Amino acid sequence: MYRYDEFDQDFVHARVAEFSDQVQRRLAGEITEDQFRPLRLMNGVYLQLHAYMLRIAVPYGTLNSRQLRMLGHIARRYDKGYGHFTTRQNIQFNWPALSDIPAILADLASVEMHAIQTSGNCIRNVTADHFAGAAADEVADPRPYAEILRQWSSVHPEFSFLPRKFKIAVTGAERDRAAIQTHDIGLHLKKNAAGELGFAVYVGGGQGRTPMVAKKIRDFLPEADLLSYCTAILRVYNLYGRRDNKYKARIKILVHETGVEEITRQIEAEWQELKDAELKLPEADIQAINAYFAPPALTARPEGDDAVKQARLDSKSFSEWLDQNVVTHRHPDYAAVTISLKGIGEVPGDASDSQMEAVADIAEKYGFDELRVSHEQNLILPHVARADLKKVYDALVEIGLATANSNLISDIISCPGLDYCALATARSIPIAQEISQRFASLERQREIGELKLKISGCINACGHHHVGHIGILGVEKKGSELYQVTLGGSADENTSVGEIIGRGFSSEEITDAIEQIVDTYLGLRLSPDEHFIDAYRRVGPAPFKEALYAGETKAA
Amino acid sequence: MKVLTANRLSDGIAVWYADGGWAETVGHADIAHDKAAEDRLEAIGAAAAANNEVVDVNLIDVEVVDGLVEPVRLREKIRAAGPTIRTDLGKQAAPEAIGA
Repeated sequence: MYRYDEFDQDFVHARVAEFSDQVQRRLAGEITEDQFRPLRLMNGVYLQLHAYMLRIAVPYGTLNSRQLRMLGHIARRYDKGYGHFTTRQNIQFNWPALSDIPAILADLASVEMHAIQTSGNCIRNVTADHFAGAAADEVADPRPYAEILRQWSSVHPEFSFLPRKFKIAVTGAERDRAAIQTHDIGLHLKKNAAGELGFAVYVGGGQGRTPMVAKKIRDFLPEADLLSYCTAILRVYNLYGRRDNKYKARIKILVHETGVEEITRQIEAEWQELKDAELKLPEADIQAINAYFAPPALTARPEGDDAVKQARLDSKSFSEWLDQNVVTHRHPDYAAVTISLKGIGEVPGDASDSQMEAVADIAEKYGFDELRVSHEQNLILPHVARADLKKVYDALVEIGLATANSNLISDIISCPGLDYCALATARSIPIAQEISQRFASLERQREIGELKLKISGCINACGHHHVGHIGILGVEKKGSELYQVTLGGSADENTSVGEIIGRGFSSEEITDAIEQIVDTYLGLRLSPDEHFIDAYRRVGPAPFKEALYAGETKAA
Repeated sequence: MKVLTANRLSDGIAVWYADGGWAETVGHADIAHDKAAEDRLEAIGAAAAANNEVVDVNLIDVEVVDGLVEPVRLREKIRAAGPTIRTDLGKQAAPEAIGA
């Protein structure tokens, strides 16, 4: 994985020193909150309901065991023993004291981590496919390009005060696991007919109060032109994006209001000025970054097949976990493992200090020291020999992280909601917990099949509800929590925004409503192979509306 | 009926104005029953923010239940108690403190 060079390390240390000084001056009363707020936000420090919150960047979701151990240490020493992995592949701590933040940032810097650009109107952490470098269906590893974008965008003087925040995601496979079409820029790394690498470029996706699917503005951008083209997009946005209304300030609104054809013309015109200048990526530089992401030496472990076969016979629960949480690796003797942070009734995305340390140990022992955070709020071991899967499973059972529910209805994305967040209008975690408990039976979940349920506690949509097969949005209505349901969203290569199905439900009603939707699907699917999203796309909302609301119409 | 709330600058912990200082629990917060009292609390809040004791100062609606102040809105109830999904954390973790 990427290692800081001298420049990176000096830069991060300098930032820690600078922000530590700013914190000291704030605590001493030398600067006001109005002066301090933009400075703390540039360093990932928010103020939430109960305390400050620190959001730490995990670039493209990649971590090593030393880094995860440090996150566990921070959770224990400075927080309340846990952290929350987010839908942007980052981690948040919910209780740090402002006075401790300089020490936390110094600890992070010692393992090449920081909290820079995890907030503010700048280019945020670049996200990527969590199976990058491991997936069997990958054309090339997207992370070197995410790293190039990270270096280019870090304290970029021109793009540090954009109209609004800006998010970039990169995938290297046809099957999009990075939700690129819901980002300000989505990049799909692919090869052209000549076998050269380049990107399909999508612009103007986003969620929030105005969900939009990104538009493809280029089918193939040569890799050498990555930075010049992104610069052209950002320049057009920086120039024309609205600054008068924060709800209309994202590039999705500009793309929508300008029209795809015209904005593409503007971007291409800007690019013509830039493409052959200093932003062209030299092949040697791409190779140099690529070298950091060289895959681990995966030696042949052909004994894996027999080991897995035997372990399956010995343990039904291992067998179920294997079916659900283990995916094919590009090397036949290896597999990629999803560590579910969605235990039944648990808080989605939360992990305790000791769990983080134990997972770090597992990664070190069996996973070539590599870990990922997925945008679905799980952890990933991207490279595990099939021969070691049972040992990994046993170790995960010991720390309560072997729930076999990847991609099932209890693998819920949920934002922190009103239990922590100052912007939230309703709670989301208790709803996730109740639904997870209602569908606790793994047999029933597997019968239902792939179903992505996503919950947000306000219209900002951090819980990605717009692109859930089933989405739940919590709002406040007449002083109570009300939950609105959308159906038919998805965040893959066929991205779609879900449709509101009808009136919302109270916190007491919502789990019953979800169960009714699921039962309706089970009753109308053509076969168990027809997933929820496919069935919904075939039949539309009518049968679900009928199931949820027919009684009311008749009564009225 | 309103009380004054904020977060403490040094650690961000939610606090309420009570008896000339900032208490970590809402139960005995100073109540403003009329506009004049609200203005007085607001002035105290503005001074405390200017003095770098607290941030994010707000007046919130409350009621009195069994002699103790309780916020009206769910958001403020959760601030006063802690996360509803982690009753081992926040003010609720030490219930005796809430009535104290």
